[in-house]
Amino acid sequence: MIAGISIYEILTVTSILFFIGVYGFITRTNLISILMSVELILNASIINFVVINKYLYPDVFQGVFFSIFIIAVAAAETALAVAIIINLYRQISSVEVKDTEIMKY
Amino acid sequence: MNFNYVILIPLIPLAVFLLLGIFYKKIKPAVSGYIGVFGLLTSTVLSYYTAFQYFFVQEKVDGVYQTFVSKTTWMNFTDTLAIDMGILIDPISVMMLIVVSTISLMVHIYSRGYMKGDEGYTKFFAFLGLFSFSMFGLVLATNLFQIYIFWELVGVSSFLLIGYYYTKPSAVAASKKAFIVTRFADLGFLIGILIVGYYTGTYDFETLNNPEGNAILSWASTSFMGLSVLTWALILIFIGGAGKSAMFPLHIWLPDAMEGPTPVSALIHAATMVVAGVYLVARLFPMYYFVEDGFALNVVAYVGGFSSLFAAIIAVTQNDIKRVLAFSTMSQLGYMMMALGVSGYDGHEGVGYMASMFHLFTHAMFKALLFLGAGSVIHAVHSNYLKDMGGLRKYMPITNITFLIAALAISGVPPFAGFWSKDEILVAAFEHNKLLYFVGLFVAGLTAFYMFRIYFGIFWGKDTQYKHAPHESPIAMTFPLMFLGALSVVVGLIPFSEFVTADKAGFVAHLNYPLAAIAVGVGVVGIILSYIFYKKENDLAEKFSKAFGVFYKWTFNKFYFDEIYLFVTRKIIFNRISAPIAYFDKKYVDGFMEGMGNKTVVVSEKIKGIQSGKFQDYAFAFLAGFVILAMVFIYLWTK
Repeated sequence: MIAGISIYEILTVTSILFFIGVYGFITRTNLISILMSVELILNASIINFVVINKYLYPDVFQGVFFSIFIIAVAAAETALAVAIIINLYRQISSVEVKDTEIMKY
Repeated sequence: MNFNYVILIPLIPLAVFLLLGIFYKKIKPAVSGYIGVFGLLTSTVLSYYTAFQYFFVQEKVDGVYQTFVSKTTWMNFTDTLAIDMGILIDPISVMMLIVVSTISLMVHIYSRGYMKGDEGYTKFFAFLGLFSFSMFGLVLATNLFQIYIFWELVGVSSFLLIGYYYTKPSAVAASKKAFIVTRFADLGFLIGILIVGYYTGTYDFETLNNPEGNAILSWASTSFMGLSVLTWALILIFIGGAGKSAMFPLHIWLPDAMEGPTPVSALIHAATMVVAGVYLVARLFPMYYFVEDGFALNVVAYVGGFSSLFAAIIAVTQNDIKRVLAFSTMSQLGYMMMALGVSGYDGHEGVGYMASMFHLFTHAMFKALLFLGAGSVIHAVHSNYLKDMGGLRKYMPITNITFLIAALAISGVPPFAGFWSKDEILVAAFEHNKLLYFVGLFVAGLTAFYMFRIYFGIFWGKDTQYKHAPHESPIAMTFPLMFLGALSVVVGLIPFSEFVTADKAGFVAHLNYPLAAIAVGVGVVGIILSYIFYKKENDLAEKFSKAFGVFYKWTFNKFYFDEIYLFVTRKIIFNRISAPIAYFDKKYVDGFMEGMGNKTVVVSEKIKGIQSGKFQDYAFAFLAGFVILAMVFIYLWTK
């Protein structure tokens, strides 16, 4: 509970955060930026978990635990994604999405 | 008596065909010739053995030669209608075995000399094997469908062999012509078979031919357009036979078929395949005779008689010796058809049937001999035309003598083979149809005339100066000539009427002296006329042809039948019927289908940009869809 701030305001902030992530995901042309956008989406949902847990069910901790779980998974996923990007960079000397079309074939 | 081994007679040439056909690049020409000859020799020995067993060893039952059938079901249409494959042994099939195997063996031996050094030597023998197989299968067929299958097979082999010199455009055109014309005729044959099958429910010759059987007694009365259905069927079947046997007006392919190698002309277009039509009518003879008092048989008689006259007239004017022989073949086939047409059934009444088969037998021998002799001459002077020949008797004594024997045989001079069979035909015609008798008599005279015209033209006449002196052919070619020459002298003495008759009982034929004398007289007149015209070089013949004027010109151009056919097909059928249909097909049917395809391509060109392959685009589409759906649901729920 944060005094003076209602759940609506926080949810508004996370929604904005989420859609910034989605927008970035769709419009960025750089793989690193896309990865960062995905992180934004994930963070928005983590905040939602925590906030809903805190405001609506203060006597349980599942939301908090779940957010820690997501952070761990996100870290692993980011590491994997960065590894792929680095390998790709070694092959084509670029991290631009349009250059990765070669992977279609 | 067990005749099952007869199945080997067709199968051995088939094996030869497969062996030579599959390995034709690996087998040396010398070897392949021997394989072909040896295979046919085996079949020939088996055929003679079969004939000996059939006619002399096994007993007649009630004075009638028994029919042996051994067959197995091949295709089951319904419970009652099935197609069998098998062998049928009766007097005419045994006689045909002898004819086919003898001529085929002689032609095989002859080809070893004639085709020597030819590029496709092995292929040639392979085709000869295929032809022999098909022809044996045809004569041994037990039912209409089996005969039809082998009928088409001989057509194919004939096509392959006419077009053997496939680099020559005229040979290719001739092979196509032969195939298309006979196929067209076979359409009639097929429809006839289907009618017979539909009404009688069987294709078996034995059942169909039984004079007391269902086919003849009950179905013959079902009528259609004034004639019984079976009469229609028999006429249609005869159209098929007329196509193969080059009867008027389906004869146009036979003269052109002479483009093939000469041994092929001797085997297929003189002695064996072209008599298939006669054989077919003979095979169904009881049906022809009994159904509606032989209406269909009368058709056969008149078509045969007319073809015989028509071809003999044309033969007089032709200058290509092989074409003269081709028209002569057509004329003699007409003779056989005519004899079948005027025949009765029982005992001595069936003299026409007997004479027809007898003439088929003797004609095969001397006509094959004539063709092989002509081949020997062509081999020596490298030309088909009479103008390039003359005085060859000095250079080619064996060919000269054998050709003379064959010419005497076909002219009906006793005691050569043709005299005996031709005499029987004229007797049959005299007893049953005077008009056809006089046609036959006139044709006999014409035959003697044109045959001696080419004989004198080749071996006497002018003394042509040859660039290379012609020489007698090798032994491989002269042996068949001498063998067939000997046969042409003696086969007439076989008492044929005791073996092959319509009712299979046999009778003793007597020479009808007055008729025989008239026939021989007419033949001798023909020979003397051509002696005067052609023995020494003179301009008598030319004067006569001038005197006939337009008629000569018409005859020389074969009464313009090729042109009429070309006019009908090219100008009328192609231009008036086929071209509009082709236009409609191209413009509308094809246009519709192609339009559908083109439109699909255009549409897909337009929309294929959507499938960019970029996952961000897909993510956007997904999101947009989600948002739209969410808005729709929110709108619906909050209403």
